[in-house]
Amino acid sequence: MSILVDKNTKVICQGFTGKQGTFHSEQALAYGTKLVGGVTPGRGGEKHLDLPVFNTVRDAVEATGATASMIYVPAAFAADAILEAAEGGIKVIACITEGIPVLDMLKVKAALKDFPDVYLIGPNCPGIITPGECKIGIMPGHIHMPGSIGIVSRSGTLTYEAVKQTTDIGLGQSTCVGIGGDPIHGMSFIDVLEQFNADPQTKGIVMVGEIGGTAEEEAAEYIKANVRKPVVGYIAGVTAPPGKRMGHAGAIISGGKGTAKDKYAALEAAGVAIVRSPAEIGARINEFFSG
Amino acid sequence: MNLHEYQSKQLFAEYGIPIPNGAVAKSPDEARQAAEKLGGSVWVVKAQVHAGGRGKAGGVKVVKSLDDVAKAAEAMLGQRLVTHQTDARGLPINSVMVEQGLNIVKELYLGALVDRASKRIVFMGSAAGGMDIEEVAATTPEKILNITINPAAGFQAYQGRQMAFALGLEGKQVGQLVKIMQALYDLFVDKDLSLIEINPLIVTAEGELLALDAKLNIDDNAIGIGRQPEILAMRDISQEDEAEVKATEHNLNYITLDGNIGCMVNGAGLAMATMDVIKLHGGDPANFLDVGGGATKERVTEAFKLILSSPKVEGILVNIFGGIVRCDMIAEGIIAAVKEVGVKVPVVVRLEGTNVEKGKELLAQSGLNLIPADNLTDAAKKVVAAVNK
Repeated sequence: MSILVDKNTKVICQGFTGKQGTFHSEQALAYGTKLVGGVTPGRGGEKHLDLPVFNTVRDAVEATGATASMIYVPAAFAADAILEAAEGGIKVIACITEGIPVLDMLKVKAALKDFPDVYLIGPNCPGIITPGECKIGIMPGHIHMPGSIGIVSRSGTLTYEAVKQTTDIGLGQSTCVGIGGDPIHGMSFIDVLEQFNADPQTKGIVMVGEIGGTAEEEAAEYIKANVRKPVVGYIAGVTAPPGKRMGHAGAIISGGKGTAKDKYAALEAAGVAIVRSPAEIGARINEFFSG
Repeated sequence: MNLHEYQSKQLFAEYGIPIPNGAVAKSPDEARQAAEKLGGSVWVVKAQVHAGGRGKAGGVKVVKSLDDVAKAAEAMLGQRLVTHQTDARGLPINSVMVEQGLNIVKELYLGALVDRASKRIVFMGSAAGGMDIEEVAATTPEKILNITINPAAGFQAYQGRQMAFALGLEGKQVGQLVKIMQALYDLFVDKDLSLIEINPLIVTAEGELLALDAKLNIDDNAIGIGRQPEILAMRDISQEDEAEVKATEHNLNYITLDGNIGCMVNGAGLAMATMDVIKLHGGDPANFLDVGGGATKERVTEAFKLILSSPKVEGILVNIFGGIVRCDMIAEGIIAAVKEVGVKVPVVVRLEGTNVEKGKELLAQSGLNLIPADNLTDAAKKVVAAVNK
């Protein structure tokens, strides 16, 4: 078991023939992902990377039976691509694209209410990977290892830190989900935690948050009430000044809300094992499983 | 992106949101002429900077003669205004607004923002106008009314009436507020705003509603994809941090901080974490810098130049999680950049990913002041030690 995607998941790529889409489709194929084709409007019927190109997501789904999509289209067209995927029958949508206007995402979130069985991951995220089975996104595949730790994070490279450490100590990962750095995004911490909580392969969870918003505080409430698996939490941005956007559109302390201090306090109160440095994630989660 | 008050009010005027009569001036003479044209016997001169808290900082003056209008403008123009929202250097005052004096009977607060929790545009209103709304929210949250807008339906008149009655408005003011909120919502959506604040929205002795102040923030992502060229044309880079402006030109995410350890990292989360770990080990970060996924020689070179544009920097920590890019390639980029820029301060480099050993070897053999580190903790300790020497 794992969550959301596995070796049987059929994946398409939106923005397939573009530079990013091509590069990461090659990487996904090399990893063993069941990539079955892609979408580039106007190029339907062509072949790309030896796979069929379709004009629309609906065509691709009908022809291939794909249930997951990775989106690499430019920011101006990403909201359109997400909704096309949902409407076209895709169930797991990983939107890697960074820089989507927030009002576009607001519309997307409202429209996705019509598709309650669709999971949107991102945007502005590394994607999702079930090690050894299915890689949908820009993460380096080789640092992963099939195993027992579920990782959920708002940041790309910090996810890689957690992945590498859990690989180095031999625990490995069940599934890793990057939920993205934008203020308005698809799956929340809670959505992913629910999945990890119900997944028998996942024995422990690493949660990587950052300043901005109150998603970590809400996740803490959920963990306190529901999660009995060990959870290690790290929050980036203790030293971030208020009112400044720290790279991610969503990483901003505004009106005194969204500080790392508050988030750490909430996680600690929920019984989460917190670490003050990302370098300690692996060692901390290992304490639950060694001896 | 932020706008000046006078620019925000131009947009208000376009959308039919009532504002006081006023004009922008770039010299004392212009200010005097503007006041003369406005007529009346009381004027307000306001410094135009991208920061709140102007009143308490001396950036807003009420004057009663044309001479005093000119004097107030002269005292402000060319100076820097330091408020509780700016750093110690403050922001340059390159223009002032001159507005007619008004008889204010009531000060209200009206704002709108993208609410992360509800994933909707939310209006906020309070009868406690003129005060710091964050303080109101912290001490007496019951005095703030929130109204959430469904994006499919858009703003509805009943929501405006709800707000109007909650704010204690009556008679024709109720209809006025509905119109103002409808216009604000249209402006918000048309221009990709992330925040509108009118503090205060006033009721005059004549019973009219007017936006006495105006603060707008625009979503940088919408600017980034070229969807708001008119707004972009209003950008005033004199109000922004010089290094941060340079960074955006090179597509780097950079934020100036107060410490002496420069940071260069790939990924926003890891960049924040690197700052935190430096602090954890007793150091003080000089900046936030995300070089992005590429970390090519060109980007690294620009990043070094930016970091070194701060005279405070006594050491640099480079933290790159290579991922798909090979570490030896990144190491070559760093070595070339350090040579080209002529970096004199110690540079601690932590690389992770494919070919990490080869990358470290290249760094060690470069003959430059490059200190390889094994992991983030080791890197932070080494750079803190290097600057404390």
